[in-house]
Amino acid sequence: MAYSEKVVDHFNNPRNMGSFKKEEDGVGTGIVGAPECGDVMKLQIKVQNDTIVDAKFKTFGCGSAIASSSLATEWLKGKTVEEAGKIKNTDIVQELNLPPVKIHCSVLAEDAIKAALADYQKKADSK
Amino acid sequence: MKFPIYLDNHATTPMDPRVLETMLPYFTEKFGNAASRNHAFGWEAEEGVETARKQIAKLIHADAKEIVFTSGATESNNLALKGVVEMYHEKGDHIITSSTEHRAVLDTAKTLETKRGVKVTYLPVDKFGMVNPEDVRNAITDKTILISVMFANNEIGTINPIKEIGKIAKEKGILFHCDATQGVGKVPINVQEMGIDLMSFSAHKIYGPKGIGALYVRKKNPRVRIAAQMDGGGHERGMRSGTLPVPLIVGFGKACELCEQEMAADAARLSVMRDRLHATITKALEDVYLNGHPTERLPHNLNISFAYVEGESLLMGCKEIALSSGSACTSATLEPSYVLRALGVGAELAHSSIRFGLGRFTLDEEVDYAAKKIIETVTKLREMSPLYEMAKEGIDLKTVQWAAH
Repeated sequence: MAYSEKVVDHFNNPRNMGSFKKEEDGVGTGIVGAPECGDVMKLQIKVQNDTIVDAKFKTFGCGSAIASSSLATEWLKGKTVEEAGKIKNTDIVQELNLPPVKIHCSVLAEDAIKAALADYQKKADSK
Repeated sequence: MKFPIYLDNHATTPMDPRVLETMLPYFTEKFGNAASRNHAFGWEAEEGVETARKQIAKLIHADAKEIVFTSGATESNNLALKGVVEMYHEKGDHIITSSTEHRAVLDTAKTLETKRGVKVTYLPVDKFGMVNPEDVRNAITDKTILISVMFANNEIGTINPIKEIGKIAKEKGILFHCDATQGVGKVPINVQEMGIDLMSFSAHKIYGPKGIGALYVRKKNPRVRIAAQMDGGGHERGMRSGTLPVPLIVGFGKACELCEQEMAADAARLSVMRDRLHATITKALEDVYLNGHPTERLPHNLNISFAYVEGESLLMGCKEIALSSGSACTSATLEPSYVLRALGVGAELAHSSIRFGLGRFTLDEEVDYAAKKIIETVTKLREMSPLYEMAKEGIDLKTVQWAAH
């Protein structure tokens, strides 16, 4: 199976790969997936004044999973928390031209976004 | 060095130019049907086939008359299992096989279970992927008509104790089939000494052409009979009808002859190369695990898991090297390798496995390049891996509550 050019590009040049300190103010962390399933995504957002000013990811998974999370971080930056919640896995499928067997990678990326947002919200609420 | 580098010789092998050369005349001037008894074209083709039959038989210490040509090992496995069950169904309805067999055996066994009501015992393997002969003995009932255990595994290269299993089969008077697709031409196989009654193998794994294989069917002590699964002109002593693909058979014969002459030297060279590849990788990287048996394995096979890195992404990062992975992402089912799972390898490490298959034409510099590239890519992907990060932070990944999906 050949990969789309965009998947290859994200794989070879991952955007925003890395980590923030989980405890840091305004940081929301989402970890989804399971090693037994062959993919784990960690997606982090840094929020200031309700806007995502930075995002980072680390992914254990196939090329499409890496590309999906890399793309997600690109899309998250500059969005408000509310806008970020509207990112759909189908947008990722379309942008990366993912074949049917790789749709679960995009679902995982959407889940990771939701988990990071929820974590941010929980931290914000507990203050 | 030419790219891409081919290190997937368990999947298939390039044809040896000497094999091709032997085949070529049989496509054009020697095009006869080996079954044409009335003219020189037929005789010439038949002579080519019979020479090949001898070359093939010699490699496995069989008689030429015991070789039945098929389209490949998948067909041979089907013919052996279905042919024996159909022929001996009055004697019993139980067969014994192992859980790490190739799909051609496992799926055939499944079909026999569902369509013919055959009872199948799937023996477990030990942590190295080896069948225990005592398990075979204990699984035998008075209804057992066939034992089918593979010679060497296609993923992990583990070689089974075939001689011991053959002895038990003989003792109990049960037929023994061996899928030796990965073993023939790579390591010495002697159907007499090993007590094998039926054996499947194919040409394209031993530098011969695709589309041709054989089933060895023992002629005496005991005389094995199988019910044909293909009706027609009664070729191959009635066991497999269909016009013989003479050029492919001639190539298969030549490939076997070359293996007989060069197998020992190939194996010696490739095992040194393989061990160097393994040593280079384990020296540079931590948390690398060998899958399969440390010593009882095919000389050209290396299967290792790189913790914290998913196999398909690793292959993607090494795209100039042709390799194979037990990762689910490379399969249609999204399930990781059932072979590795049968060994007790955790799913996460099964997803992280890579199979190297060296071959007759593999060069030292290619293996060195592959080692370097794998080390670079694993290092890069570990930097990207949340699992590696957690492990480095001292988190035991087994204690984490993952959300399986």
